[in-house]
Amino acid sequence: MAPPQASAAQSAPPGPDGPQDPAAPPAPVLEAVGVSKRFPGVVALDDVSFTLRAGEIHALVGENGAGKSTLIKILTGVHRPDEGELRLGGEAVSFHRPHEAQQAGISTIYQEVNLVPLMSVARNIFLGREPKTRLGLVDFRRMHRETAELLGGFGITTDPRRPLHTLGIGTQQMVALARAVSVRARVVVMDEPTSSLEPREVETLFRVIGELHGRGISLVYVSHRMDELYRICDRVTVLRDGRLVHTGDLRDTDRVRLVSMMLGRELARVRKEAAEGHDDGRTPAAEPVLTATGLSRRHLLDGVALDLRPGEVLGLGGLLGSGRTETAKALAGALPLDGGDIEVGGRRLRRISSAAAIRAGISLLPEDRKAEGIIPGLSVRENIVLAALPRLSRFGFVSRRRQDRVVDIFVKRLRIKAASPEQKVGELSGGNQQKVLLARWLCLEPRVLLLDEPTRGIDVGAKAEVQTLIEELAAEGLAVLLISSELEELVEGADRIVVLRAGTVAGELTGGDVTEGALLTVLAETAPDAVPPQGGPEADAAPEPGAADVPDEAAAPGAGDVPEPPDAAAAPELRKEEDPR
Amino acid sequence: MKSLAETAPPALAGPPPPLAVTEQPRPGGRQRAAELLQRQGVLAVLALLCVVSSFVFDSFATLDNARGITIQASFLSIVALGMTLVIVTGGIDLSVGSVFALGGVVAAWASQYGFLPALLVPLAVCGAIGAVNGLLVAKAGMAPFIVTLASLLGARGLLLALTHEGAKTYLVPRGSAFQKLGGGAVWGFGYPVLIALALFCLGGLLLQRTSFGQGLFAVGGSGDAALLMGLPVARTKVLVYTLSGLLAGFAGALNAARLSSGVTIIGVGMELDAISAVVIGGTLLVGGAGSVSGTLWGVLLLGVIQNLINQIGSLNSSYQSVVSGGFLIVVVVAQRYLSASRRGT
Repeated sequence: MAPPQASAAQSAPPGPDGPQDPAAPPAPVLEAVGVSKRFPGVVALDDVSFTLRAGEIHALVGENGAGKSTLIKILTGVHRPDEGELRLGGEAVSFHRPHEAQQAGISTIYQEVNLVPLMSVARNIFLGREPKTRLGLVDFRRMHRETAELLGGFGITTDPRRPLHTLGIGTQQMVALARAVSVRARVVVMDEPTSSLEPREVETLFRVIGELHGRGISLVYVSHRMDELYRICDRVTVLRDGRLVHTGDLRDTDRVRLVSMMLGRELARVRKEAAEGHDDGRTPAAEPVLTATGLSRRHLLDGVALDLRPGEVLGLGGLLGSGRTETAKALAGALPLDGGDIEVGGRRLRRISSAAAIRAGISLLPEDRKAEGIIPGLSVRENIVLAALPRLSRFGFVSRRRQDRVVDIFVKRLRIKAASPEQKVGELSGGNQQKVLLARWLCLEPRVLLLDEPTRGIDVGAKAEVQTLIEELAAEGLAVLLISSELEELVEGADRIVVLRAGTVAGELTGGDVTEGALLTVLAETAPDAVPPQGGPEADAAPEPGAADVPDEAAAPGAGDVPEPPDAAAAPELRKEEDPR
Repeated sequence: MKSLAETAPPALAGPPPPLAVTEQPRPGGRQRAAELLQRQGVLAVLALLCVVSSFVFDSFATLDNARGITIQASFLSIVALGMTLVIVTGGIDLSVGSVFALGGVVAAWASQYGFLPALLVPLAVCGAIGAVNGLLVAKAGMAPFIVTLASLLGARGLLLALTHEGAKTYLVPRGSAFQKLGGGAVWGFGYPVLIALALFCLGGLLLQRTSFGQGLFAVGGSGDAALLMGLPVARTKVLVYTLSGLLAGFAGALNAARLSSGVTIIGVGMELDAISAVVIGGTLLVGGAGSVSGTLWGVLLLGVIQNLINQIGSLNSSYQSVVSGGFLIVVVVAQRYLSASRRGT
C-alpha cells in the first residue's frame, strides 16, 4: 500500500502535526472530507472531516449524540454520507455495504462482539472464506491449524473447536480481532472495546493492539476512559453535537482541556464562574434518608457508596459510561447487584428489587422516558395514576372520584399543560410528558426521587420549569438524586455532587466547591491519588513492569502524571472518598 | 507497510510479553456428556425403544416390519431434510405439506408424457413455490411463518383447482418407469428408502462440510453478525427455501409413483410432523444448531411409535399423535435442561 503523496496536502488536518515525527507526517490512509449526515429531525454530522494517518492509533471522543457512532458507521459502510466523501489511500471511495468496506481493508470491532456464539472459534474466524479440500469441501483440519497459529500469534491458546460462547468476552473480542487481521485489514475501528472487559483482559487487548500497531495497521479507538486514551493513542479527534471540535496530537492536549472540549464548556468561563459563590438557603437535614454502600455489579459498578439527605439535591456526575444511570437503577432495585447494601430511613432493604424499592419510597424517573415510562396512547389521567392504582382502589375497583382528585392536584401543582386530563399523553410536548411522569411517581409519595437526565430532549422554557420544580420538591423535604450530563445543570441544581468514574466514586464536591471548574477537574483526573504514576486501575494487572512503563511515553508528559490542573491554586479542594470497605 | 511500521512511534512495542490468556479449561465431563446426549440422545432412545419392542412384540423385529417402517418414513424424511436446513437458519417452512401433495398430483399428471417430465415438472413447480417463499422472506423481510402459511393455503388451493376440487384423479400409467421408481425394491427395501438415504448423505455433507452449510449456521446463529461478516445472507435464505420446496415436491412425486396416482387429500399436517422430527432430532427451533442425522433418527422414532401403536392393535391409531406430542415436549424440556447445564458450571 502506497497512498499518493498528493492527498496528504489536500487533507490539511486542522490540528498541529506531532513533533514525534521530524519528517512529514505519515500519509493519510483513511479520510472523511466534509462529511454530513442527516436523519429525520436531526443533523447527526455537520461538515466533519477526519483523517486517519498510516500506522497511528487515533482516539475518537465525544459525549452522547456527538456523532461518533454515525462517523464510524460512515467509515465502515453501514451509512452513506449525505455530503462529503470518503478517501481510502487518497482515492475517493463509496461503500454501499459493510462488506465492501471490509473488502477494502476496513474492519470493525463492535462493542457487542459480532460473531456467531454457537459456532466454533475456527468457524467464526473463517466464516465465508473457509479453506477447501480438493473435493470442494471445507478443510477443517487446516482451518483448526491456521486458527491456532493465528491466535497463537496474539499469545492466546484455546481450542479452535470450542463454541465461541463458552469463551470469556475478552477472548471473544480477541477472536474478532484475529478475524479482522486475517482478512488483511489496513484499518481497524474499535468501538468501546474495553467497556465489558476485566482489567486482565484489557491488558491482553492492549498487547494485541500494540501488535497490530507494530504491523503498521491504523486504528480508530473510541473510548470514554481517559486513562486508556492517553495510554495507547497518538492523536485525538473530538466531536460535539455533530461538529468537529478538535483534531490534534494527544500529548499536546491535556486532560482538563480534552474533557472541557467534549462537554463544550470553555475553560476561561469555567474559571470565572468558579470564583462566584453558590448558595440557595436550603438546609438539608443531617440524617440521611438513604444510604447505599458497596454497590457492585460486574463491569458496571465497583463499590459505589453515597447517602442522600431529606431536602437536598445530590448531583451525580461523570462521563458517559461511568455508571451514573446504573447507580440510579441499582438504587431503584432495577439492576441486579452482585453486592451492596441500601438503607432507607435506617432500615436495610433485605431483598433489593423494584417492588421493594418502591415500597421503601424510592422512585426513579428513567433516562429514556419513551421506552421506560410514558404510555403515549393513554390519557394524562391514566398515565399519572398507573403506579398508584392499588392505593386508589378498594376490593379491586378503582374509584374514579379519588383518581380525579389526585390528578387534579398534580396537574395544578406541576403546571402540566394539557387540554384536559383525558388528553392523550402522546400529544403533549416533551416537557409536559416529563411532568406527567414526575406526577406518576409523586403520587406514590416517595421519600427519595431519582431523576436520570430529567431535562433531556425538552425545550428551554420547559427545562427551566422542571428545574424549578426539582428545587421546590427538595425544599419540601424530598431527597433528590439528579443525574445530568450537562455540567451547568448539575452545578446549578445540586447542593452536593458525587462524581463517578469507571463505576467507582471518584470524588465529591460540597458547599462552595460545587463549581464547573472543580467538576471538570475531577472528571479529567487520572485515578484516585495514592496510585503510582504508571497505574490506571488497569495497570494493577499488568503482566510485567516493562509493559506498564510504555504508556507514559505515549501519554503527554505532564498531563497524565499531574493530578491537579495548571490552575491548581484556583481549583477548589476536593474531598476524596475513601474506599468504603 | 513495513517502512511505515518502522517510522511509527513504538507506543506499545517492547519485549514479547508472556501469555496472558492461557488455555481455558476444557468443558468438564458432565458438560461433554450433556453435549453428547443432546447430539445423540434421539438415537439412544430410538435404539432402546427398538430393543425393548423386539422383546415385547414378536412381529416387531422382523424384516417385513422394518421394510414397512422405512418405506412409511422415507417420504416424511425427505420433507424433514429440507425442513432441517430451513430451521437451522432460524426460519420455518409450513408449506411443505401442501407442496408435497401438489408435487404428487403434478407428477401423476405429467407421468403420461414420460419419466423425465414426471420428475422435472413437479420439481420446477415446487421449487418455484419455495423460491417465492425465500424471496419474500429474504428480500421483503416478511416473517417466514406468515409467508409459508400463505403458500400452504395457496398450494393447497392450486392443487384443488388442478383436480377440479378433487373430482379428477390423475393416474400413473401402469408399468411405466416412473411407477417402478416408487414401487421397485432392493432386497425388499423400496427405492424411496434408498433415495432418502442418499439424500441424507448429501444433505449431511452440504450442511457440515460446505461453505453454504456454514453460512446456514451463521445466519441462524446471528443474522446481524453474518451480515457484518459479509455473508450473502439474502441469497442463502432464498436458496434454503427453494431447497425445501424442491425436496417436498420430490417426496410428493415419489409418493405418487408409489401409489400410482396423485392423491389430493394427503400431506395435511405433514409440516407439523416434519417440524416435530427436526426438533426431536436436536435441531434448535431458534436456529444456529442442528444436524441432518438427528432429523433422520427423529423421523424413524415417529415411525416406530406409530408402528408400535399399530402392533398393540387395541389402541386407536389416533393415539400416535398423543404419544408423539408428549415425546416432543419431553425432548424440548430435555434440550432446555441440557443447554442450561452446558452453559453453567
